[in-house]
Amino acid sequence: MLSFIARRLALLIPTFFGITLLTFALIRLIPGDPVEVMMGERKIDPVLHAQALHRLGLDKPLPAQYLDYIGQLAQGDLGQSLRTRESVWHEFTTLFPATLELSLAALLFAGTLGLLAGVIAALKRGSWFDHGVMGLALAGYSMPIFWWGLILIMFFSVNLGWTPVNGRIDLLYDITPTSGFMLIDAWRSEEPGAFVDALKHLILPAIVLGTIPLAVIARMTRSAMLEVLREDYVRTARAKGLSPARVVFVHALRNALIPVLTVFGLQIGTLLSGAVLTETIFAWPGVGKWLIEAISARDYPVVQNGILLIACLVILVNFTVDILYGLVNPRIRHQG
Amino acid sequence: MQPTSAVPATDASLFYPSPLKEFWQAFAHNKGAVGGLAFMTLIVFCALFAPWIAPHDYSEQYRDFLLTPPVWLEGGQWQFLLGTDELGRDLLSRLIVGARLSLLIGLTSVVISLLPGVLLGLLAGFFPRILGPGIMRLMDVMLALPSLLLAVAIVAILGPGLINTVIAIAVVSLPSYVRLTRAAVIGELDRDYVTASRLAGASLPRLMFITVLPNCMAPLIVQASLSFSSAILDAAALGFLGLGVQPPTPEWGSMLASARDYIERAWWVVSLPGLTILLSVLAINLIGDGLRDALDPKLKNAA
Repeated sequence: MLSFIARRLALLIPTFFGITLLTFALIRLIPGDPVEVMMGERKIDPVLHAQALHRLGLDKPLPAQYLDYIGQLAQGDLGQSLRTRESVWHEFTTLFPATLELSLAALLFAGTLGLLAGVIAALKRGSWFDHGVMGLALAGYSMPIFWWGLILIMFFSVNLGWTPVNGRIDLLYDITPTSGFMLIDAWRSEEPGAFVDALKHLILPAIVLGTIPLAVIARMTRSAMLEVLREDYVRTARAKGLSPARVVFVHALRNALIPVLTVFGLQIGTLLSGAVLTETIFAWPGVGKWLIEAISARDYPVVQNGILLIACLVILVNFTVDILYGLVNPRIRHQG
Repeated sequence: MQPTSAVPATDASLFYPSPLKEFWQAFAHNKGAVGGLAFMTLIVFCALFAPWIAPHDYSEQYRDFLLTPPVWLEGGQWQFLLGTDELGRDLLSRLIVGARLSLLIGLTSVVISLLPGVLLGLLAGFFPRILGPGIMRLMDVMLALPSLLLAVAIVAILGPGLINTVIAIAVVSLPSYVRLTRAAVIGELDRDYVTASRLAGASLPRLMFITVLPNCMAPLIVQASLSFSSAILDAAALGFLGLGVQPPTPEWGSMLASARDYIERAWWVVSLPGLTILLSVLAINLIGDGLRDALDPKLKNAA
């Protein structure tokens, strides 16, 4: 097992350096003068310009510049935002809990509903329920979620007035961010109604972000269950006279979950792509909205290292999924 | 003149059906796929003949008819079947012309990522020691970035616009072609027919493109249909974020972006462009499912 982890870990290193190369190149491919871009000003005095070029290390040859960049990263220096003069790392860590809270809520929604729908569809294969669920799943999979968000806002927020239009909590509440998770902070604050209000803010974005994962989970669960239900051990369990619920949920589902979890773990990129759009629609103050705003404002340090941080996050999650999969399934562990 | 075909009459069912016919039979078995194909035919038709079908000029602003509802609602006008937008432009005409753009983006981005993707995949499969690891690590790097974020980053560098949208989407969908081709190639290389062809002295390009590649086509065609639909989605998402095709060009995604402010007053400006995107993407995915069932029976029911 250790050698399996070591092998996977060794694969991470070139990927990590590849990503730093990409973010390094990103900032240098921008057309225009790098100093003007970095300073966010035009027509800088030539002497100052040369000084800035030197200070930023941009007068060195490219390989030296890349080594400088890696050196900075190694010291944990991710640069400053041009707009706020805050460090990129600080901004990222402040905003990330909001994205995490939204993603976890979306996963909870997608996971419970998707597993349930997938299992029932597999058990009632060929029924109208099965066809209905699979049809809806295909529609969910094809959903332009930025539009889906607008439609839900139009219906539930504007027409019915059930949920707020945007943000994480009403401005009336003064919540000190201790954990960064609005639900937990609102609960702890003991302000009457704060928790319910935070929950109301969370529901629509979570549904929107969870729609595509929900479709994927329902489809995967159904096909994995169909596969597993054909196995001999399921027939044995049934023959032993175990209750149908026990056979399905304990014996079959446990094995059907393995492929579902793997495919799902690898969907984190899709989830983060979705978070960018969902956060933009609902004005949810997370890292997705932050990056899009940085791109529109040409805040290049944020763009460069924000992308680096998110890529590292994706790699780490995929790595963890790989390891977990190896733990569950010895066949993977012993592959060359 | 005597008919030259002096072949004795045989029962037609004894012959193998032609591959095309066999394919169509398998494809037509899937009702959803046929429905999807019908809808896409309609969209393609609209896109091809947009200037003749569209009832109005897509950029003509009818100042007296701002936000006219669709014809079946109170206040609807027969001259604007699906209503007008905030500048008084005919929505139906804009959707029809928008179909051109979405299909164009989808098609070009699929082509310009399929070709290098297949080539890189072939190289990685044929040279597993020299080129394979390098190419695959590069693809890992690209896969580590969420696709929309990578596309946004590329557009941020190159600037918004039609061509850059296509480039961004093509780059984003490259890794899946490389991985699929490589996996298929590695599966084929051990087969006897490849060995036979090698022994017969086939050159490397011949082995790659004539011997092996045609046998790897099934998953690639399916993937192409899937990335066609995600290209349309991604292009619309970029347009929605204001980074794609720029107004006043009627792109489905950017139409939604400008409609956001009218969410309380004019549901049709918000609903119809998105519904068009949803239906088109759904139709293509249905076709993709049908193609997969017909071309690659192994993948059937694999979600």
